Amino acid sequence: MTAVQTPVEKWPGAVREVTLGGGTRSAVTVGGETTLPFLGFEGSTPHRPALAVEVFDSKPNGWSPELQSAWGELLDDPAQWAKRAVELGADLIALRLDSCHPDRGDNDAAHAVDKVKQVLAAVDVPLLVYGPGMGDKDNEVLVAVAEATKGEQLALGVCEEKNYRTIVAAALGNGHLIISETPIDVNLAKQLNILVSDMGLSLDRVLMDPNTGGLGSGLEYTYSVMERLRLAALMGDSMTQQPMICQVGGESWRQKEARAVDGVPEAWGDLAARGVAWEISTGVTLIEAGADIVLVRHPDSLSALRAALDDLVKGA
Amino acid sequence: MTVALTGLQIYKLLPQTNCKECGFPTCLAFAMKLAQKGTELDKCPYVSEESKTALDAASAPPIKLITIGAGERAFEIGNEVVLFRHEKTFYHQPGLVVRVKSDDPDLAGIAAKVDAYEVERVGMKLRLDGITVQQSGGDAAAYAAAVDVVRAAAPGLPLILASDDSAAVDAALAAGAAAERPLIQGATAANWQAMAGVAKTHGCPLSLRAVDGDLGALADLSEQVRAAGVEDLILDPGTTSLAGDLAAFTQLRRLTLKKGARALGYPIIADAGAPTWQAELVRADQAIAKYAGIIILDHFVPGALYAMLTLRQNIYTDPQKPIQVEPKLYEIGAVNADSPLLITTNFSLTYFSVSGEVESAGIPTWLLVADCDGQSVLTAWSAGKLDAEKIAKTVKQSGIGDRLNHKKLVIPGHVAGLSGETEEELPGWQIMVGPRDAVDIPSYLKTAWNS
Repeated sequence: MTAVQTPVEKWPGAVREVTLGGGTRSAVTVGGETTLPFLGFEGSTPHRPALAVEVFDSKPNGWSPELQSAWGELLDDPAQWAKRAVELGADLIALRLDSCHPDRGDNDAAHAVDKVKQVLAAVDVPLLVYGPGMGDKDNEVLVAVAEATKGEQLALGVCEEKNYRTIVAAALGNGHLIISETPIDVNLAKQLNILVSDMGLSLDRVLMDPNTGGLGSGLEYTYSVMERLRLAALMGDSMTQQPMICQVGGESWRQKEARAVDGVPEAWGDLAARGVAWEISTGVTLIEAGADIVLVRHPDSLSALRAALDDLVKGA
Repeated sequence: MTVALTGLQIYKLLPQTNCKECGFPTCLAFAMKLAQKGTELDKCPYVSEESKTALDAASAPPIKLITIGAGERAFEIGNEVVLFRHEKTFYHQPGLVVRVKSDDPDLAGIAAKVDAYEVERVGMKLRLDGITVQQSGGDAAAYAAAVDVVRAAAPGLPLILASDDSAAVDAALAAGAAAERPLIQGATAANWQAMAGVAKTHGCPLSLRAVDGDLGALADLSEQVRAAGVEDLILDPGTTSLAGDLAAFTQLRRLTLKKGARALGYPIIADAGAPTWQAELVRADQAIAKYAGIIILDHFVPGALYAMLTLRQNIYTDPQKPIQVEPKLYEIGAVNADSPLLITTNFSLTYFSVSGEVESAGIPTWLLVADCDGQSVLTAWSAGKLDAEKIAKTVKQSGIGDRLNHKKLVIPGHVAGLSGETEEELPGWQIMVGPRDAVDIPSYLKTAWNS
């Protein structure tokens, strides 16, 4: 018999553990890995990566017909939408305050607080809250939300180089977490984590978003940057040891492949399979690269990724 | 055993006479160049046969390159050199192979579909790579007949003959399939003698299957089969879960690249088959990212196949060489002197996103593609490869100015800041700022351009 020695790497570092929620709701902890994704033969993956379903504060415009038919009337009611998502297996809800965008409703901070409270009341799981994605307006609504939900340990996003002072201060003052986002680059990710921690925010309250490229639209860049970040974390580079979060849903469903019904080549097949396949593939690939939280939009992707993660952590 | 010899180790195997006939001043200089794979051992006329054998063995790739099939559609797998694509690149993308059962009444129909499937992405035609005929019921003659049906329906498409019965495989090969050099799947601890005999007789690659990721048993099987004279092997660790596949495939890649485990130095076959297409897609995606050389599928769902083929293209793109298109002036539709003029970069994904949206807008458009070393608009801009000077130069060299009634150029929304400078560089031109995302081009062309 040939003796094959299991090729184990020794890693001096580990990913930080970050806990969302608690207080009035259940807590979800992510991170803590001491090996590359799911290699149970050499280290541990103490927490199954979490799946967050994205919910919009008002009916989203221009969504793929597949997403519209999957959620139906729930798209008009964020609280009920979130509740249904949790019933379907979401570990977290990612609420987007999209209607606060000047071009998409320009709703104010009071509206934002109201929507966040409605969703908090409807579900027991932790929340991620995203601003509308526009500098000043993000700051305005996220600060108001942070203050009105003190102690809920929400994750506030996104925190970028241009607005990190405001978002970090809001998190520090009100017991929340932040989602630090940088454009697909190892050094930029590290640098923002340094800036954030220099302001006094403990790194066990920081999630890191390396910026997702969807399948066929830059996915390989995100994949390799995440592999490099995770390798650096395990090698002991402290500023890369944040759990990673990926906005898979938005980047997948934005692609033409996940939207177009007519006028596409026959080989593309029906949108029903194609859209979900795009989201599943983007999600699985980034989970293999070390994603700790994955944002999804379709119930079928949620269940497929859930089954995948259950299988992977069982072996780890 | 080490994976590659150092220059000094090679030097010890050379004549050490410094005769210079290899073109290098000393044997040591030649040895150093050999270690970097910068020259060939054949250049030394005096190297002993003994040294040659030793050097050949040491310079063999850690994962053997294996060809599946024959002719135009044959595909190569193996010869990988890294664990992570950012360390270099992944070279030989896994073959995607659809499995049919030998007693399926629609054998010919499925084979024809697999053969014909083709989808185009960033200028490349993506196809499935083969078909596996899995023996299901019936005797050796029935199996051989089924394989013939598939061959007739999909001539030239690489084949995998999947059966535990060596007589059935032998019958199919003898009936003519051997000419196509199919993969035999495969040998187990129970049947390896007979299977190795069939593989050797017909000159076909052979897959070896262990149980539950037992890599020691797989190494034993490999030693035995190689001793029996079969050299083109494929490994199947026999894992049945995502976690099992990931652990076994990762260990195999590490054992070959980092420990030089020759017995395990062959490509891996992954069985992604699952009850639902979604679960199968998940397993196939993992296998694409994590080290498979062949991936077996049970479903034919075009949307899912398209996603897998796209993922494979993404993962196997060389990180140092983005896919590029030729920088030049493209005519999209029946352009004339009044058609709009857009400029973008020669990163293929950027080009195809823009040209695809222009086509879907149905408005004939001149698309000028600047040479930005295959980078996207934002990357090129931040690297100084897309600036006002580059835009002006590209416009002037294309000669487009003489072919238009207007002097209006649309630049990408992401580089809106370049518009003023570009107007200075291009006197007489009006610089317009287009949308940031390609998806918004049709509405831009229909509204902003016309206003």
